[in-house]
Amino acid sequence: MNKGKYFAGKVTAILLTVVLSMGIFTGCGGSNEGQDSGSITITNVSYDPTRELYTAYNELFAAHYKEETGKDIEIVQSHGGSGSQARSVIEGNDADVVTLALAHDITSIEDAGMIDAGWLDEFPSNSSPYTSTIVFLVRSGNEKGIHDWDDLIKDGIEVITPDPKSSGGACWNFLAAWDYADKKYNGDEELMKDFVAKLYNNVIVMDSGARGATTTFVENGQGDVLLAWENEALLALEQYPGEYEIVTPSISILAEPSVAIVDENVEKNNTADVAKEYLEYLYTDDAQRIIGENYYRPSNETILNEFADTFDLSVNLCTIDDFGGWDKAYADFFADGAIFDEIYQQ
Amino acid sequence: MKKAGRRKGKVVIPGFGITMGITVSMLSILILIPLASVMAYSFKMSPFEFVKLITKPGVVNAFATSIGCAFVAAVINAVFGVMIAWVLVRYDFFGKRFIDGIIELPFALPTAVAGITLTKMYSDNGFLGKALERIGIKAAYTKIGIIIAMVFIGIPFVVRAIQPVLEKLPKSCEEAGLMLGASRAVIFRKIIFPEIMPPLLTGFGLALARGIGEYGSVIYISGNSEKNKTQVVSYIIMQKLNSGNVDYEGAAAIALILLIISFIMLFAINIVQHVASKRTSA
Repeated sequence: MNKGKYFAGKVTAILLTVVLSMGIFTGCGGSNEGQDSGSITITNVSYDPTRELYTAYNELFAAHYKEETGKDIEIVQSHGGSGSQARSVIEGNDADVVTLALAHDITSIEDAGMIDAGWLDEFPSNSSPYTSTIVFLVRSGNEKGIHDWDDLIKDGIEVITPDPKSSGGACWNFLAAWDYADKKYNGDEELMKDFVAKLYNNVIVMDSGARGATTTFVENGQGDVLLAWENEALLALEQYPGEYEIVTPSISILAEPSVAIVDENVEKNNTADVAKEYLEYLYTDDAQRIIGENYYRPSNETILNEFADTFDLSVNLCTIDDFGGWDKAYADFFADGAIFDEIYQQ
Repeated sequence: MKKAGRRKGKVVIPGFGITMGITVSMLSILILIPLASVMAYSFKMSPFEFVKLITKPGVVNAFATSIGCAFVAAVINAVFGVMIAWVLVRYDFFGKRFIDGIIELPFALPTAVAGITLTKMYSDNGFLGKALERIGIKAAYTKIGIIIAMVFIGIPFVVRAIQPVLEKLPKSCEEAGLMLGASRAVIFRKIIFPEIMPPLLTGFGLALARGIGEYGSVIYISGNSEKNKTQVVSYIIMQKLNSGNVDYEGAAAIALILLIISFIMLFAINIVQHVASKRTSA
């Protein structure tokens, strides 16, 4: 046997192993962020439908930041289901700021010790620079005559809404319907359960997330009505002009997507100031207008009124507080064996 | 030629130590440790909670749907997989290599893309769904849709398992059979089939296991309706992880059952295969 060759092979193998494992470890370590270098990078972990909004906002903020400090800033965006995004941050996704769909998701990061208590009051309007609500998207002409929640429980109406047990957004749809039933039946719980049971009996496809439901309704042509986020519905109108109409129900729910600084990560990345500025700037007039243009309702009343043509401001909005906060609402309605299971498994 | 080895048990081919070392560490890091942690998580539940969770109607239905659809899909794949392999091995025709390459596409295509495309095609105003609708079959958002997706992702397993065996099978065997007066059916049953039986079982088992655990391609076409029993097990697991309060233990518990089922099936198929190959080689 050629001993030299054997030895060389062994060395190559060892080197290869070392190189490969280094690759693995550096891959896991993630990039170094921070303010020490010339350009700054921060990561914004957000949820699915904000993609377009933050693409526009990041451009605005980068220009503002350059003007103010002379430094370039790069904002890394990450989008996905709100709950799984929160989980990814807890498990080590190096987010400097989180801009998620539900305060509850940020609370779960707080519970993991990564965000300091009191974040909800750190920025104006419960740390919600924009809000949204649930509307109906129907096919052009509205042949089935869908005008309010009542119409959704009629026989032969096909409803598309995602599964509340896997999509945070879908929980809002359910709660909005529940609130309508509550007012209609004056809080008679049996009748309210009947109402939502009928409604969910008309659901023909239950996707796992809001975007999936939109695809089912818009691309695959399923169903008569999609229960959708107002911003998603307006986006669909823009992308498919003349094909859809928005119906605003008499009662809906106010969703307050929240923003927060991930204290543990900004400390490590040395990005506390810039992260704070990034979120504060969301409340400036320019940013609020971009928010409105991307079909979220600006939290600034004056600017919201500038968009009175886009949004139906007359809708009666309940909030999650009417349900005793998110944790209670989740336990009452969506946990295993709670009201949703009860009405849906009949 | 030199003596095989100075010491007993010493392997002749160099590099055994290091390749074995890498193999074991890779297997541990990538497979064994994560699987062990699935078990560890699910054991955080009390046995009572565990049983209560996995006997819930929704969970039981999901297992029935996943296993049932994956089984039907694997059977379809077994039949058509043999046919495809046969065509690709035995005949020469224009575009053969192209078709051969296409077989592997389901491996390469991201499953979510496959799922969305299949859904679009098979929904009632999609290209294929429209035709099926006319004869009264609703494909997308039913179990048929789930089976279609599972056939799609499973077919390469069967074809690729059978192809090499068919290629190696000498034509002379069949010719001998023919000379001895066997009919074509008998030749297939007595000569060809016993040879391709073991790889067919392997392919069947892999397609079945893949189908049972499949998420991406199934999730869009299934409609995920608990009422119509079109929720698959992997969807239930994602529900536990995605929703308002993340339930790791519940997800791990269901995953554990899934693992055990897959393991039992692969094990059973291995036994059958072992017996079959013993018989043919004897």
